[in-house]
Amino acid sequence: MFGQANVLAAGQAAFPPTVEDFYLPSILPWGAHESYWFTKITAMVWIAVGVLIIFFLASYRNPQLVPTKKQWFAESIYGFVRNNIAVDMIGHAGVRFAPYFTTLFCFVLLTNSFAIIPFFQISPNSHIAFPAVLAIISYVLFNYIGIKQHGFVKYFKNSLIPPAPWYILPLLIPIELFSTFIVRPFSLAVRLFANMFAGHMLLLVFTLGGFAMLSANAWLAPVSVLSWVMTIALTFLEFLVIVLQAYVFTVLTASYVQGALAEEH
Amino acid sequence: MYFLAAEGGESTHNPIIPLWQEIVVGSVAFAVLCFVLMKFVFPRMEQTFQARVDAIEGGIKRAEAAQAEANQLLEQYRAQLAEARTDAAKIRDDARADAEGIRQDVLAKAREESDRIIAAGKDQLAAERATIVRELRTEVGTIAVDLASKIVGESLADEARRKGTVDRFLSGLESTGAR
Repeated sequence: MFGQANVLAAGQAAFPPTVEDFYLPSILPWGAHESYWFTKITAMVWIAVGVLIIFFLASYRNPQLVPTKKQWFAESIYGFVRNNIAVDMIGHAGVRFAPYFTTLFCFVLLTNSFAIIPFFQISPNSHIAFPAVLAIISYVLFNYIGIKQHGFVKYFKNSLIPPAPWYILPLLIPIELFSTFIVRPFSLAVRLFANMFAGHMLLLVFTLGGFAMLSANAWLAPVSVLSWVMTIALTFLEFLVIVLQAYVFTVLTASYVQGALAEEH
Repeated sequence: MYFLAAEGGESTHNPIIPLWQEIVVGSVAFAVLCFVLMKFVFPRMEQTFQARVDAIEGGIKRAEAAQAEANQLLEQYRAQLAEARTDAAKIRDDARADAEGIRQDVLAKAREESDRIIAAGKDQLAAERATIVRELRTEVGTIAVDLASKIVGESLADEARRKGTVDRFLSGLESTGAR
């Protein structure tokens, strides 16, 4: 069928899309395949960081008691995460985690959004490295909070030993250990990564599929158009997924912190 | 890392295996983001929220203080008014008592005066009566003697006897009148 290099050279559609479509050649050095320091993906991460920093610093340079429109917008993002995630999940003690949750939420939301923003059109979170970093931070955060709150022994006792009859504990403790301390970071990272990966793959399939059918047979042109219409529809779906996954990642992190802070199991 | 060098210098990637370079980039970039936002932006937002809460609660507190002050002033004025009313009532009572006293004084004086006048009148009347009685006694004696002389036709020579007769007669008269 089509070779990757061949496609890039000829500007033709490669169908079906492969995993390799997620690993674009590096920008610096230009075109290198084994260099990952400065690629479109890492560039987008830096852009996201830059945009968020500039946006928040600019809109909160001179805060007023009666906010301007820009300040109000920045405040409502923070207020949303603070009140609807941190305080709702953790209670009043959640306010001190609100800054981190908001940073996390904004970062995930913006990097996710690159999946459907023209010219970016791929999310850095479709590379598992970035969700993994965020998941590890969440993992370290909730364990650290739990140990700090209860002390090492009591925290693990709280987390591992559910209030159940003793004869069921040999079954429950390994399950708790597995689900809380082993699966959590993986599920957190993989959920976000897989959603963004699959979303990008779907858009690729329908976009490239349209081109593939068109080049295979001119009579298939109406089906190609249908395929591209599907791409647009899926872009809306992708928008939903983008917002939802950013929200879910933040809520789950908050929920883990809440579980670590809780007195009882 | 799981890199399989494919033919033609291409590598196949396993999407589940993270690239360590991206982990480094992601960590650094996210750390920078966290540092800036969590140090310079969100704490200030929290401060602004707090300032807003304070502004609203402070307004309420100020209104409450003003209300309390107004109530206190009202109480004070009411107390003052009540005091003034009591004073006025007291002054009125005093005045009434004074007037009564003065009236009593005047009345007493008038009564005294009238008593005095009445007493003086009585004295004068008694004196006049005594004078009249004395004069009448003389006159009646003379008239009676004259009449008797005319009737009897003879002058009663004995002055001493005549006087004793008349006096006896008059005493008899007076004791009859007094009875």
